[in-house]
Amino acid sequence: MSQLSQKHLLGIKNITREDIELIFETARSFKEVINRPIKKVPSLRDITIANVFFENSTRTRLSFELAEKRLSADVVNFSSSTSSVKKGETLLDTVNNILAMKVDMVVMRHSSPGAPHFLAKHINANIVNAGDGTHEHPTQALLDTYSIMEKHGSLEGLKVAIIGDILHSRVAISNIFALQKLGAEVMVCGPNTLLPKFIGALGVKMELDVRKALRWCDVANVLRIQLERQQIKYFPSLREYSLYYGINKKMLDELDKEITIMHPGPINRGVELNSDVADSEHSIILEQVQNGVAVRMAVLYLLAGGKD
Amino acid sequence: MQKKLILDTHLLNITVNRLCQQLIENHGDFSDTAIIGMQPRGIYLAEMIHRKLESDINRKIDLGYLDTTFYRDDFRRRDTPVKANTTKVPFIIEDRNVVLIDDVLYTGRSVRAALDAMIAFGRPQKVELLVLVNRKYTRHLPIEPDYVGKDVNTMDTQKVLVELEAQGFKDNKIWLINKESE
Repeated sequence: MSQLSQKHLLGIKNITREDIELIFETARSFKEVINRPIKKVPSLRDITIANVFFENSTRTRLSFELAEKRLSADVVNFSSSTSSVKKGETLLDTVNNILAMKVDMVVMRHSSPGAPHFLAKHINANIVNAGDGTHEHPTQALLDTYSIMEKHGSLEGLKVAIIGDILHSRVAISNIFALQKLGAEVMVCGPNTLLPKFIGALGVKMELDVRKALRWCDVANVLRIQLERQQIKYFPSLREYSLYYGINKKMLDELDKEITIMHPGPINRGVELNSDVADSEHSIILEQVQNGVAVRMAVLYLLAGGKD
Repeated sequence: MQKKLILDTHLLNITVNRLCQQLIENHGDFSDTAIIGMQPRGIYLAEMIHRKLESDINRKIDLGYLDTTFYRDDFRRRDTPVKANTTKVPFIIEDRNVVLIDDVLYTGRSVRAALDAMIAFGRPQKVELLVLVNRKYTRHLPIEPDYVGKDVNTMDTQKVLVELEAQGFKDNKIWLINKESE
């Protein structure tokens, strides 16, 4: 099989294990490409991609833009803060206007869960979800699982703990789906207030004690505390969170085992991760960033391929 | 389905030996020349030739694998995207001679893509093309091989099938097949 089962990448939930494996296989080839002296291939030279970001992003947007440019696609960028959305235009109108200029693919980030799904029903172009509210962030999950696979060989039977703000995290949801599809065991860990009520229904273990979670897992994916999404206080103070859930080198040394530390960025140094962990040999944070470009190239390449 | 055997193990060895001799004639000790096999199937022939050349001239020769998937001109014209293979060119090709190797030369489009792909690794002094089977009169582009294992006259309804031991087949056999008329 050399084709994805979907026309869009809206979430990990609706793609298959075979899709994920195909993306990984293709990403491996692109990783070789981006490590060449000339990092560019002409595959998407007749394609125009719009990066439509209704929500702030640095890393994801940069990563997508690089991926698009290394595939030779034409790229237009759009951010809501400088656009007509401020003047009251609807999402569908905005995107239709962009598509009227002959754009083939849309990479979209939006603060409302389901926004890309809505769009997929109404427009013809391929859509890649670059994060929709607290719902899914599929390419982040793909690059996370790809990075784990690169380090551990396979995810089958691997124990992965997702630690931190699960409630507000689209990265967590997408990661849970991806990890489970690839055969890993998943645990979520965080203060009670930041664990969604029904997360157990997804078949994941729940843990309140971060030390126990670290003892259990082979890989810890530490998430950022998303202060911008918290309208009410979920814990007394950052200092207290860091005291109970912050991970430092001493905790890892006490474990006396191989453990991989990941973080989707941006890190709040000294809150969820101490600098001595973020910069340690356990951390694969910068590999994640590099793999992000390769994985996104693979997604765009596979979605754009095939006849219209 | 009609099948005609055009090369077997015995003939293939003779052909590979001859190709190696021709290469040595033109490239001497290969100090300025690298060999690049084209993915997915040209690499087996490239490995055979590379092995033979190294034992003949008793010297290490650079061997690389080149995947042309991302450089093809039929992307979005096929029903599904082509799956990529490994590219491994662990040497500099700037100002060197390159012998590009593939199993069958048909339309010439993969060779065009390979030339494009190769430029990403530098500007070679000279590029030559070696193919095991040259299908004549089927070219879509002005591309001709410098070294040919065997020339065959074929029609569009025919196909050349290469089975090599290195690919896991029992014997080396190269067939000319008449595609079933639909």
